Amino acid sequence: MPTLSIRNLVKEYVVGKRVLDGITLDFDDTGITAIIGPSGTGKSTLIRCVNRLVEPTAGAVLLNGTDITHVRGAALRHARREIGMVFQEYNLVERLTVMENLLSGRLGYISPVRAFFRKFAPDDIKRAFDLLDTVGLAGFANRRADALSGGQRQRVGIARAVMQRPRLILADEPTSSLDPRTSVEIMELLARIAADTGTPVVINMHDVELARRFAKRLIGMAGGKVVYDGPGAGLDDAMLKTIYGGEAWLH
Amino acid sequence: MASLNAQIMPEKAYPEPFSTNWVARGAWLFLAVYVAYALSTMDVSWPRIITGIGEAIKRYSPMFSPNFTRSELLIKGLTESLQIAFLASALGIALALPIGLISARNLMPAWATWPARAIIALARTFHPVIVAIVFVKAVGFGALAGSLALTVASIGFIGKLFAEAIEEISLKQVEAVRATGASFLNVIFFSVVPQVFSRFIGFATYQLDSNLRNSTMVGIVGAGGIGGTLFAAFQRFDYDFVGAILLCIIGLIFVGELLANVVRRVFATTTGRQEKDD
Repeated sequence: MPTLSIRNLVKEYVVGKRVLDGITLDFDDTGITAIIGPSGTGKSTLIRCVNRLVEPTAGAVLLNGTDITHVRGAALRHARREIGMVFQEYNLVERLTVMENLLSGRLGYISPVRAFFRKFAPDDIKRAFDLLDTVGLAGFANRRADALSGGQRQRVGIARAVMQRPRLILADEPTSSLDPRTSVEIMELLARIAADTGTPVVINMHDVELARRFAKRLIGMAGGKVVYDGPGAGLDDAMLKTIYGGEAWLH
Repeated sequence: MASLNAQIMPEKAYPEPFSTNWVARGAWLFLAVYVAYALSTMDVSWPRIITGIGEAIKRYSPMFSPNFTRSELLIKGLTESLQIAFLASALGIALALPIGLISARNLMPAWATWPARAIIALARTFHPVIVAIVFVKAVGFGALAGSLALTVASIGFIGKLFAEAIEEISLKQVEAVRATGASFLNVIFFSVVPQVFSRFIGFATYQLDSNLRNSTMVGIVGAGGIGGTLFAAFQRFDYDFVGAILLCIIGLIFVGELLANVVRRVFATTTGRQEKDD
């Protein structure tokens, strides 16, 4: 049973204009899967449909075999707890400390009273410190998130997702706001987490070379459809032309 | 592509970039005419102001030798004002928080925001003195009426500003916390509250300050506090006692200001959520 199964997913923000046009994909590999494609082709919409930050128009999303397309309330929150998400602009809560941002990954498991008084489980707090070590931010626990650089913020964003102990990690353009060197470091971190925790990591990205370098499986999207699904080696110039259009940029 | 070095391009006619706004000009003219008209109808004239100043000096000179002999009355009125202000601030803020949250249009559906916005609009419609008169008729003379009147004013002010602050937050941060599977209240505590907290402390201390000032006034209509004493002293032409009361009010407001600063500093340092110029 695949960790994540997407069946004939359709999304129309405006009636009749399909941003996603019947996407069917299974994700069960550990390691990184990269979804590549031009801006506006529905990559972000696709992964936001998985954790229902965006409501799909038609089709189904199955997490560990359970249909989560129409769940609401507590069932939806329980599904979201299983899915960690990393954002392009990090989306840290700026005025909270790094530690508070990490622990917000546990908010699906604690009551509002405990959340208000910051009464997190000691295990979670220890794990947060361990994770800060892992992502290379030991000693940053009490810094406020808005005092960090872009690369540091994304490390916190990744640690927050890992704090959820998710079955699946989604990353929406996690390196697009970062410089090339930091981008590679962030991809290395994601690859390490994918390997260490055995969690499938699905990443949207623009950068084909970075995707080839880190992903076992690449999915090419164009016009709201999947046009390529396979290893990086199979992604030749003809296929890239199909995905991104034009060819001047290839040379 | 046209050369950027070309000095002039006579073949192209560009529109005038700073055109005259005749509507705005008309509005300014109307305003000037209206002010002149209002002055002419209301019998505002220099001679009246000149004689007024002379009369005022004559009448108010006892005020500058304030008389504190009726200190018992003075202290009773002042403490009552202080209590009205604190009670109204605490109650008003407590009620304004949920109402303000519910009326934030970026977090709540329209069916919830409309009633909440209606409550805030109603609370803001009337001046505290008018509300105080209403409560005096309802619950009788005294501090209860004043406290309730200023509570209503606090709900209106804090509720509106709190809702506006929430409407200006970054939804990206909210989205991220929501994506972790956090419940609604957890999302509020971890992504909304941190973003509005320092502004909220600002509103709350400002409201306390404003309630202190208003609590010295609602007494004029019998709603408790030093205002009643002040009004009575005015009517009996006890200007030396008026002077004493006014000095005490100045002291009270000053102490309130200091207190507000202390509150602001405490919250800024203990939580590290001080307002940042960003």
